[in-house]
Amino acid sequence: MIAPQHYLFHTGLTSIQGPLIFVRNTQGVGLYERVEVLAAQGGVRLGRVVFIADDKVIVEVFQGTEGLSLGEARVKFLSEPILLNVGPSMLGRVYNGVGVPIDGGPGIVAKQRPHIDGNAINPVRRDVPREFIETGVSAIDAMNSLVRGQKLPIFSGSGLGHERLASNIARFARLRGKHAEEFAVVFAAIGVTFDTAEHFRREMDEYGAMQRIALFLNLASDPSAERLLTPRVALTAAEYLAYEEGRHVLVILTDMTNYCEALREVSSSHGEVPSRKGYPGYMYSDLASIYERAGRISGRPGSITQMPILTMPNDDITHPIPDLSGYITEGQIVLDRDLARRGVFPPIKLLPCLSRLMNHGIGKNMTDVDHPAFAQQLYSSYAQAHRLRLLSSVVGEEGLSAADRQLLRFGERMDDVFIRQDDRRRTLEETFDLGWMLLAELPDETLVRLSDTQIDDHIKLHRHGR
Amino acid sequence: MSRAEIFWINGPVLKAHPEGNFQMKEAVFVGDDRLVAEVIRLDVDAITVQVFEDTTGLTPGMVIEGSGLPLAAELGPGMLGAMFDGIQRPLRAVASTYGDFIGTAVVVPSLDRQRQWRYQPVVAAGAEISGGCCIGEIQETADLMHRVLVPPDAAGTVEWRAPEGSYCIDKPLARIRSPRGLVEVSMLSRWPIRVPRPFRQRLALERPLLTGQRVIDTWYPIAKGGASAMPGGFGTGKTVLQQTLAKWCDADVIIYIGCGERGNEMASVLEEFPALEDPRTGRMLMERTVLIANTSNMPVAAREASIYTGITIGEYFRDQGYNVALFADSISRWAEALREISGRLEELPAEEGYPAYLPSRLAEFFERAGRTKTLAGQESSLTVVGTVSPPGGDFSEPVTAHSRRYVKSFLALDRDRAQARFYPAIHPLQSYSEYVSCTAQWWQHHGGVRWAERRDRMLTLLQEQARLEKMVKIVGRDALPPSQRLVLVCAEVMVEGLLRQSAFSETDRYCSPEKQAAMLELIDYFIQRAQALVEGGVDPDTLLTLPVVRRLQRMGEDISNDSLGDFAGLTRALNDALDAQVPNMQDESGEQKVVGE
Ligand SMILES: Nc1ncnc2c1ncn2[C@@H]1O[C@H](COP(=O)(O)OP(=O)(O)O)[C@@H](O)[C@H]1O
Ligand SMILES: [Mg+2]
Repeated sequence: MIAPQHYLFHTGLTSIQGPLIFVRNTQGVGLYERVEVLAAQGGVRLGRVVFIADDKVIVEVFQGTEGLSLGEARVKFLSEPILLNVGPSMLGRVYNGVGVPIDGGPGIVAKQRPHIDGNAINPVRRDVPREFIETGVSAIDAMNSLVRGQKLPIFSGSGLGHERLASNIARFARLRGKHAEEFAVVFAAIGVTFDTAEHFRREMDEYGAMQRIALFLNLASDPSAERLLTPRVALTAAEYLAYEEGRHVLVILTDMTNYCEALREVSSSHGEVPSRKGYPGYMYSDLASIYERAGRISGRPGSITQMPILTMPNDDITHPIPDLSGYITEGQIVLDRDLARRGVFPPIKLLPCLSRLMNHGIGKNMTDVDHPAFAQQLYSSYAQAHRLRLLSSVVGEEGLSAADRQLLRFGERMDDVFIRQDDRRRTLEETFDLGWMLLAELPDETLVRLSDTQIDDHIKLHRHGR
Repeated sequence: MSRAEIFWINGPVLKAHPEGNFQMKEAVFVGDDRLVAEVIRLDVDAITVQVFEDTTGLTPGMVIEGSGLPLAAELGPGMLGAMFDGIQRPLRAVASTYGDFIGTAVVVPSLDRQRQWRYQPVVAAGAEISGGCCIGEIQETADLMHRVLVPPDAAGTVEWRAPEGSYCIDKPLARIRSPRGLVEVSMLSRWPIRVPRPFRQRLALERPLLTGQRVIDTWYPIAKGGASAMPGGFGTGKTVLQQTLAKWCDADVIIYIGCGERGNEMASVLEEFPALEDPRTGRMLMERTVLIANTSNMPVAAREASIYTGITIGEYFRDQGYNVALFADSISRWAEALREISGRLEELPAEEGYPAYLPSRLAEFFERAGRTKTLAGQESSLTVVGTVSPPGGDFSEPVTAHSRRYVKSFLALDRDRAQARFYPAIHPLQSYSEYVSCTAQWWQHHGGVRWAERRDRMLTLLQEQARLEKMVKIVGRDALPPSQRLVLVCAEVMVEGLLRQSAFSETDRYCSPEKQAAMLELIDYFIQRAQALVEGGVDPDTLLTLPVVRRLQRMGEDISNDSLGDFAGLTRALNDALDAQVPNMQDESGEQKVVGE
């Protein structure tokens, strides 16, 4: 669509404002066209056309405008959108935030050059994700099951060990029944410290998993506007791995909070009317253009499962970043400071967690016939325990009935025995066993989510086993 | 044809210098790829358009071509069972031409021009016919007779009509001599999506839309022709509730609009509906459903258009005399699309960045709901149900607050309930419905004369419960007198037994009115007996330990719509268990006397 000519401007710059440059006298420039900005002192910075009027063009520069000058900077319009070279042997490599290899290895031999924004999957071509993934984490497998093709974020806070949880999942995750088919992992570091990225890499290396990983690094020290590209570049690579090479890809995006902050920064430099907390009104659509790239396509062998990580500012789940994410993703795993302080790892706070696709992946022929009722009952009893915990902090345990005290104790056991598992992998059977054991400590009449048969089959069995 | 030359590009919004005349809301085509767009502002020397497709690569100097016509939906047979995007492109056909991903420059007609439909005329040549009347019929599905209607403004004499036969949708079926000239009628018609279709008269609402959900049908009914909003934070169950309603409600035609929501949700509708039967007719649910999918990652202007496309299709079936129910998930995403376009136009924002015209747009949309007498004199209705996704779950935000002004059924979804996996998570005290009085009549005939009285009693119980729970937080439950603990016990049994209803339970996902009435009656009976027992001295909390009370709380799942006879058994078991408490009652009342003395 964009005319196939190259335009080179030497002196067209009229203004530089934050990440934006304004260029005059442009002709034939297309919206979202790729731009290279050449500074006088050398170096090429990537940019994109975001606004066009008859007398000016606005270019977003992703790699910083420091050192550019109006008179000397040159701007090159490339007549194509931002593309990524994808091809065989992309795994086992390290790339920068815009997808250029930085590990000293050879460049990627491009088999294709897709547009990094991707295209929306036609909803009629989607397959509903339903293959249960055993993550080895009880709170997820039993109560918030993950399926292939799902987007399930971790809502965390600083210092709660979300990267550790993510790398455990990346190592543990496998399908059940079939031979242990492992995920290819695309890890996108978005504005995180070098340590975080390096730690993840070392961890995976230690377990011999490095050959199935592609790392995309935009570090905290890299220009913030570049963060807008990193998840898109990583997902473009993931789409190639999934849909062309037929792999099951787990994409870890960390930290989406840094992404959103970069979005806010660029938006405010455009002078846009902000929505909540200064974030742009289109942040929902923008995040959706990233998260919706998870899924399965019918007739294609691979899949993209996303695990975005975001730190909730002030641990506030109603903050626009977790809030808008939660409205798009298919559930969320929420980490909690109180549990972390008590030394529970992973510090998963069950009540606000959710997996929306769980119902598609569990039950008869998939995990266990009684899995849905089991999860419901655990949730219902845990919620009651939680309510009683709040109550007893006011009226004291003495104000509670004997049955209530039993529930209270159940809640504590859930935290200390079920949720806490440190870095040990649990099979689904071990998780079930543990859960039924804890439920068997409650009186039957409180177990209204279980049928009589389920009580006979599981609860009574456990009581007699003791 | 009028043309314009682009000079300004900002995302999906373009400005261009016009040559010739453009109209507001005119459909236009952009560039050589002929992207579909709509005129949204006119100035002397510039037109502003919003583009319904990806605008990557557009450059100044490209040409916009006018169509002279407003953006319109194509109406005719072939919509049931299909899925369209926000501007009514048929997504199956798009996939078979363009592949797995939606690219740009997609040109596929909304309705299949090749397919032939068996057509039966119902008027003779020479007949006088008025606007909106039927000239012939197509048995589109086993249950739905698709009526070909004369355009509303084309009353006159039928000069010619086609005989019975199979025709493509664009073949002429009749010619009508009307005051505005000779009008040719085919199965295919067009209607501007932003203009409500006319009807003869609005009628008062008097029937419930039966949804099979107890908390809705029994407590907060939605009337046929009414409007309802379902606000709730993320994960509170809006989508599941809407899909459940779309599956089981007793409308003739369902319009389901995924407006700025997830692709996988639309895929699961496409997967589930064709496998499910309508409990009343036994027909596949997909046969009565039209799907509109403009997911969150599809172009934002088309998302804005999607609810109008959907409601126009809904009105089209309404005008054929059907009861139509439209579900829009979510109104907030539509409002955000409006906000985004408004922002690109640099309009002055009102609340939270939304344009000042948000309330009037919402009002116009919800007002398209109603029970009507069609131009042909048939009774029909269009019910509109929209979800609202308030940021941070805060109902004071503009979209929730303004929607509330125009709907009479408000189903507030509650985060605490959802987190405890109590579904549907409708908050029984924050929700309300002003359709109770107009549907009460219907229930008198289907749920027994005491239905309204029982419903009131349960609501009072819930209010009492809320009040007492506040006290429990201060003094502890054990400090309450038995009569108050009884209220808590009854409320707990009622909430678990009646209000809880899993959308995924095969027996309970749809609850027939008869089953609802039986369950209501049984709980009411339990409450009365429990009251007598506690007055006689039984400790209310011991009632909760009875196995039969556990069964009472599970009866929705355990007793199916076609084994209502089991309620008699359960009642007997309940009686036996409660009768067995009577000795305790004497013992304990004896004890109590001692305590009292
Ligand atoms: N009526 C229901 N019955 C059973 N489960 C439900 C029900 N409503 C919601 N859920 C559960 O809650 C999850 C989130 O519901 P959903 O409708 O997607 O929320 P929302 O649209 O409000 O974000 C679902 O995936 C499902 O597991
Ligand atoms: Mg939803």
